[in-house]
Amino acid sequence: MFPYEKYLRKDKFPHIWCTGCGCGIILKAMLRAIDRAKISKDDVAIVSGIGCSSRTPGYIDFNTLHTHHGRAIAFATGLKLARPKLKVIVVSGDGDATAIGGNHFIHAARRNLAMTVLIYNNHIYGMTGGQVSPTTPFGRKASTAPYGSAEPAFDISGLAIAAGASFVARSTCYHATQLDKLIEKALLKKGFSLIEVLCPCPTYYGRPNRLGNAVDMLMYYKENSIPIETARKISEEERAGKITIGVLHDIERPEFCEEYFKLVERVRKI
Amino acid sequence: MRQSDHQTIKVMTGNEACAEAAIVSGMRFFAGYPITPSSEIAEVLSRRLPEVGGVFIQMEDEIASMGAIIGASLAGVKSMTATSGPGFSLMQENIGYASMAEVPVVVVNVQRGGPSTGLPTLPSQADVQQARWGTHGDHPVIAVCPSTVRETYDWTVEAFNLSERYRVPVILLLDEIVGHVNEKLIHPEPNDIKIVDRVRTTEPPDKYIPYRITETDIPPMADYGSGYRFNVTGLSHDETGFPTNSPEKIDALYRRINRKIERYRNEIVFYKRELLEDAKICVVAYGSSARSARRAIHEARAVGVKVGLFQPYVLWPFPDVELNNIAQQIKHFIVPEMNLGQIAHEVACVTKTIPIKVTRVDGNLITPGEILERIKDVSL
Repeated sequence: MFPYEKYLRKDKFPHIWCTGCGCGIILKAMLRAIDRAKISKDDVAIVSGIGCSSRTPGYIDFNTLHTHHGRAIAFATGLKLARPKLKVIVVSGDGDATAIGGNHFIHAARRNLAMTVLIYNNHIYGMTGGQVSPTTPFGRKASTAPYGSAEPAFDISGLAIAAGASFVARSTCYHATQLDKLIEKALLKKGFSLIEVLCPCPTYYGRPNRLGNAVDMLMYYKENSIPIETARKISEEERAGKITIGVLHDIERPEFCEEYFKLVERVRKI
Repeated sequence: MRQSDHQTIKVMTGNEACAEAAIVSGMRFFAGYPITPSSEIAEVLSRRLPEVGGVFIQMEDEIASMGAIIGASLAGVKSMTATSGPGFSLMQENIGYASMAEVPVVVVNVQRGGPSTGLPTLPSQADVQQARWGTHGDHPVIAVCPSTVRETYDWTVEAFNLSERYRVPVILLLDEIVGHVNEKLIHPEPNDIKIVDRVRTTEPPDKYIPYRITETDIPPMADYGSGYRFNVTGLSHDETGFPTNSPEKIDALYRRINRKIERYRNEIVFYKRELLEDAKICVVAYGSSARSARRAIHEARAVGVKVGLFQPYVLWPFPDVELNNIAQQIKHFIVPEMNLGQIAHEVACVTKTIPIKVTRVDGNLITPGEILERIKDVSL
């Protein structure tokens, strides 16, 4: 049994998440990854915005910063540059990161500033009661899309790759044992790393769309996910409707924090 | 001010003086977004900060700039941003965060005409009420307003000192005139500059309570990444820094963060009185309008009018007691300002009089002649 207690603020429980929510699965995977990457608790900063995912930092014993809706990456940028030795992890949701925080998200990826962004993608605004989000699939219902969403959804991982992230991976709450390995890789990667985790919200996304209970939603992830290696071999038609999981993108690019302090050294020598 | 061989004399703008003074204050993190008429502050700092090992970053917008400086300040680094009206509006969200989480930061607003895009290249003083009430909720804030290049230098240093001392965002209100005017600046001697740093906790990490209610009402800080693991949130929180729904604890928090400013207002409020001893007319002016006002009162005195000047350098908290104290002796308050009467409103409230407004919102400064005319009108 993994010693989760070492990392938990036990007096902050019970947590606020609904029955069947996937947030706890991601929280635990993150703790296993941090432990495996052997990063001291004092050297980890967890920064979040507003939403269900963003309540994560309150439960775990690191340097924790709970900011405004969408702004976690902006706060994290200042924190990282002011104290580069910190391993900065941003936990965010699909609405937090790609709607209100979309600008900060793409620019942090472009800069390739060393931080790991963990996006809990449940396709819905859970905290506020199930409104449509930028990742709600076309046609799905939400409290502000009672006739089904008429908008196409964002591909969060694709967005991060296009914007310049060094490392991008996708997984689901069903694939918990894959998830911690991916997060560990992301933590050890130099540069901006993103993990998109599909996360069941049976209360506000599952119920209006008749997707069953939490177990049904997890089983959906199991049955419809394909590893990236397989996805690359099959045709587009065969890939349709499937969730591609694994390391989607892993490249070497100059990291902003390191580049900035190289610049400082250069300037100070003149 | 003493003048010695060591002192350097330079001609520079208010924006340049602000950037230099920020470096002297120990500011080592700047995040900003280009906007006229403040951009020179960012330009100077993009050159100067690397020279002193600090961080300059141009962010994607003003919201991000404000977030980044809060993040950096929580890591223990004195931080600042600079903007103008539209950017200041965008920053309000996170200025509220700094008020709520008690994070020292300095926000420079080189005012232009507004609302909206307004008059990007022309002066205004129309953000003085936004500086007080721009973000939602009851919140503490300090706003200071110099009127010359040298004063901009001094008040930039003081803005950092106030921010560090009271754990509060400080708004440095310049305007396009003060920001862009070239004036002689005699650098103060380093020993003459008083630098204040935030009080840091002396307790060990396991005993540290980030928002402990102390006798001073200002909780000692710890830096992120220094071995103190704590939580900071924009939600209403208790002493431990975690969200709370307890009415008692919520009440204690809101009252304390606002009380900080009320309690220390005598140490914060700063103003200059000129020729007020026997005055029957008082001109209340700040920022670049105070320059015209000073000229006007001297010209009026030359023709025998008993008029003086009250110039607040700290606009928030407002010098209400001080103005109220002279209200008995003053028959007419005249308030020249480049807006439609934002500080005149405060003067009316605290003096229980109807002040005479001298307003301009056309992008031109208020001339000494315009103020003099009103002084003469009421002295007849």
